[in-house]
Amino acid sequence: MIPVQFDYLAPTSVEEALAALGEHGDDAKIMAGGQSLLPVLRMRLNAPEVVIDLGGISSLRGIRDDGDAIVIGAMTTHHDVRDDALVKEHALLVSKAAAEVADSQIRHRGTFGGALAHADPAGDLGAPALALGAQFVIAGPGGTRTVEAADFFVDLFETAIGDDEILTEVRIPKHTGWGAHYEKFVRVAHQWPIVAVAATVKGSIDEARIGLTNMGSTPLRASAAEQALAGASATEDGVRAAADLAADGTNPPSDLNGAADYRQHLARVLTGRAVLKAAGN
Amino acid sequence: MTATQDRPAAEIGKDRRRKEDQRLITGRTRWTDNITLPGMLHLAMVRSPFAHATITSVDTEAAKAAKNVVAVLSGKDFGEELGVCINAWPITPDQKTPSHSPMPADRVAFAGEIVAVVVARSAAAARDAAELVDVEYDELPAVIGIKKALQDEVLAHPDLGTNKSALWVFDSQEAGTGGEVEAAIEEARNGGIVIEREYRQQRLIPAFMEPRSVVVDPTGEQLTMWSATQIPHILRFALAATTGVPESKIRVIAPDVGGGFGGKLQATPEEWVAWAVARRLMKPVKYTETRSESLMAAHHGRDQVQTLTLAADKDGKVTALKVHLDADLGAYVAIVGGGVPVLGAFMFNAIYKFPAYRFECQTVLTNTTFTDAYRGAGRPEATYAIERLMDELAAEVGVDPLEIRERNWITHEEFPFTTVAGLEYDTGNYEAATAKAKASFGYDELRAEQKERRDRGDRVQLGIGVSTFTEMCGLAPSRVLGSLDYGAGGWENASVRMTPLGKVEVVTGASAHGQGHETAFSQIVADRLGVPFEDVEVLHGDTQVAPKGLDTYGSRSLVVGGEALVKAVDKVIDKAKVLAAHLLEANADDLDYADGRFTVRGTDQGKAIQELATATFAGHDYPEGMELSLDADATYDPVNFNYPHGTHLCAMEVDTETGAVTMRKYTCCDDIGTIINPLIVAGQVHGGLVQGIAQALWEEAVHDESGTLVSGSFVDYLLPTAADTISFDVVHTDEPSICTTNTLGTKGVGEAGTIASTPAVVNAVVDAVRHLGVSDIQMPCTPERVWRAIHAHDGDAPTPADAMPHFEEGALNQDPTAGGADQ
Ligand SMILES: Cc1cc2nc3c(=O)[nH]c(=O)nc-3n(C[C@H](O)[C@H](O)[C@H](O)COP(=O)(O)OP(=O)(O)OC[C@H]3O[C@@H](n4cnc5c(N)ncnc54)[C@H](O)[C@@H]3O)c2cc1C
Repeated sequence: MIPVQFDYLAPTSVEEALAALGEHGDDAKIMAGGQSLLPVLRMRLNAPEVVIDLGGISSLRGIRDDGDAIVIGAMTTHHDVRDDALVKEHALLVSKAAAEVADSQIRHRGTFGGALAHADPAGDLGAPALALGAQFVIAGPGGTRTVEAADFFVDLFETAIGDDEILTEVRIPKHTGWGAHYEKFVRVAHQWPIVAVAATVKGSIDEARIGLTNMGSTPLRASAAEQALAGASATEDGVRAAADLAADGTNPPSDLNGAADYRQHLARVLTGRAVLKAAGN
Repeated sequence: MTATQDRPAAEIGKDRRRKEDQRLITGRTRWTDNITLPGMLHLAMVRSPFAHATITSVDTEAAKAAKNVVAVLSGKDFGEELGVCINAWPITPDQKTPSHSPMPADRVAFAGEIVAVVVARSAAAARDAAELVDVEYDELPAVIGIKKALQDEVLAHPDLGTNKSALWVFDSQEAGTGGEVEAAIEEARNGGIVIEREYRQQRLIPAFMEPRSVVVDPTGEQLTMWSATQIPHILRFALAATTGVPESKIRVIAPDVGGGFGGKLQATPEEWVAWAVARRLMKPVKYTETRSESLMAAHHGRDQVQTLTLAADKDGKVTALKVHLDADLGAYVAIVGGGVPVLGAFMFNAIYKFPAYRFECQTVLTNTTFTDAYRGAGRPEATYAIERLMDELAAEVGVDPLEIRERNWITHEEFPFTTVAGLEYDTGNYEAATAKAKASFGYDELRAEQKERRDRGDRVQLGIGVSTFTEMCGLAPSRVLGSLDYGAGGWENASVRMTPLGKVEVVTGASAHGQGHETAFSQIVADRLGVPFEDVEVLHGDTQVAPKGLDTYGSRSLVVGGEALVKAVDKVIDKAKVLAAHLLEANADDLDYADGRFTVRGTDQGKAIQELATATFAGHDYPEGMELSLDADATYDPVNFNYPHGTHLCAMEVDTETGAVTMRKYTCCDDIGTIINPLIVAGQVHGGLVQGIAQALWEEAVHDESGTLVSGSFVDYLLPTAADTISFDVVHTDEPSICTTNTLGTKGVGEAGTIASTPAVVNAVVDAVRHLGVSDIQMPCTPERVWRAIHAHDGDAPTPADAMPHFEEGALNQDPTAGGADQ
């Protein structure tokens, strides 16, 4: 389908992009990889007058080591995130989740920042970002601010990014040596998750961090399960009681792929599996 | 050296790569949407968001004023020249058939129906302006779902007074082909076995790759329509019959068409609207649907509730089968419409010797997208029902599902065999296909593994599903179609033309939409006429090039169209013989024809067919009384259907904790008579299997209570990709059962995989968890449904409607009433 006509701007710096956003306000939409935005435009669910393409801003692309954290530029593609050595070493969970996003074509276009800014509750990257305690660096007319993951995801398709702001990078505290697994439950390979569990553990098991995908209007932490896992043994019996707590406090949707109670059941089963795989079992 | 000497000994049976593939795959070819004519205008449709509503006003002012808009038209701007969408198969004389305007002026009956059309200088301008058309509706109550429709409380078409369109009945006792069903069931209730089930054939969307597209050029002596259709000839007939344009003034072209699966066997509202607009404006127009429109408004398939009673003696020998279908037509009776479930009437008895059989089909109207043929059309539904029931019978008797089939099937010595449905199966060998499939599958080993896993209480259980299918294809003997009140015949036409330099043009009325006719037909002609494969050009899909034909569906192209071709080639050889005898100064009786060459027996004298073609072109020397042409036409009307069959075995793993199912192994041994091109057959089988497996596991079109299509995009309508399927084990019997009713001995294969695979998969899923108390899972077998079925008894999950036993408790095991999201 053909989108409504729009003007196209391709700034080459964040400042230029912010200025364009400031000028066009509500009428403008930022485009990263376009993998969520373009379907929306083509189905005419949104009709911005101006599309501001961040693709020409090279400073937004790439991954760097920043001491106790690694920093992923907003425009880094899923493909690059998945294969990056720093990510694999210090935030393995993110690499594992990026590998599960859509298919190869989409992973080469879609971006880390775009996916997080889009904040689809079924998106694969929110739960790992939340579990690892990511910090979101957001640039606006007044300068740059940093938002904690817990405050970043506000609601369905809604984040802390203001209308006149741009997500520039995401800092992920290093979890060097932590085991990780992203357990994604789908009916067909290229599908968004019905439910997914992002688990990363230190040792087996000293500490666990668990994020849930599509179990509410935002990514969720399975805090009760995390607490119960500290000091648990990485065996089926050892994790079962903790995994049974995984759905506590969740509020998943009901749709053609499953009713809410089924999703809660899945969250419990998948948490057990994800934790064991993260712990190398 | 003549070209004929380069020819391989036999083309038939050879793995020829498809000659059409390069252009089809690269898209550098004539898809309808690739066609651009000078001055061509573009259409966008304004569609009803409501399933049932009165149109109170259509305000087109703003749209008309928009940039680059040429016209905005609605139903009331047209009279009879708009025509109607036809139903070619009224299944009973008293069928209730709502009139189906391509663009109704007063009332819409499903969400997605066209209410206005915008004509603009670009597709984008048309789309933009379509949003400016302001249509006011008075919403009417909509009836969604078969069970609701049967209650006749809310009517899809109030003027008809009922939602029940037609009741079609076949009874073996009345037909004299078998005994009385009720008596046999009664008898089985005392000491025998009676299995009663209600199965749901969910609604499916054909989802062909190329969206529908139509271009109409009204300039010139003939009006020309290009359409992404399976049926150019039927379209021409229907346009003439309903829009007042003489047939001789209509040319329909189906250029390269990107898939259809029955979904392009339709006379569509979009085609009729484009036709009317082009005639009104006297300008060429194009309309290409969006994928969303395709999912919403192109016809859907299947959608039946099957109420089944199978009676057997205590050893599992079936004594009677009673079938009642309720079939959802959607809002209108489409071109084949109610004929689709009726096609299944003859197939419920499948490969078995059932002594008594009764079939009833009640068609109903609802406020949903109209339904029609979808790959297999009627036969997958029948095969699903009987193959699921045979597995249930096996479970009841306590024997292997292959054993129960063997107790009931027609043995190979018994052919030809007249079935309880009145068909004569000419050949088949179910024993051979089953033995080969079993061996290739590793049946015994997998059964052993299944037992081991059950005993161990493994989290992942293994199930084995069987489907020993047959089908009737090669539509169809014209007289049979006539006796069923179908509006057309089932013959096919072919022409063979020898060009001056000795090449061969073959014209067929069976127009391909991606199946590879060009290649397979070239192989047939190459062998039969003795010319190189490369020298044969297959032409089709244009009523000016191929004026006669009945198009492509029902696995008919090879078995009917191919036979017409053989007959035409034979006529060419007969004609050429007269000329050869003359030029060789020999008696025609002394000539032999082989490898494209007439030779005088006992000499080295001869003439190649190419030389004779050139001599005919020159016309310098030919016998008195010979018409100066080698070309020939032939029309072939099949004398019978043909009956491919096969044994399909499927192993599924079921994760009992999540309900997720995974295919472990799939083996099919199909017996389809002579194979012209094994590569094309493998393609048809693979694609067919995936389509049938997709019904079992993934696809379902769902309307909510208000009639909105919930599965309106590929995010919610789940199509599998290569990543979701495994490598299939495709084998064939060592000695195929050659079809006796056509020269080549072929049987259809276009639908076989789809027909056979659905029950094999569901049987396997149910088999994996039968020991946990499960005897049915509604399609598609989603993880949630599987999980709920497993845990229905242990209190872990609430009992859903679709996992409960039916009849006895007065409850239905599959409840399709509301058509709601939980359907
Ligand atoms: C067929 C298909 C399947 C998919 N399957 C999956 C899947 O399985 N799992 C999954 O997680 N995702 C899936 N996706 C989505 C994919 O991951 C997208 O890449 C991602 O959601 C959006 O990233 P993008 O870079 O393409 O962003 P865009 O589409 O360009 O933008 C998305 C939204 O974010 C805003 N935005 C983008 N960048 C910024 C920024 N720097 N600052 C502020 N706002 C910004 C845009 O304005 C827009 O509203 C799928 C997409 C498709 C088309």
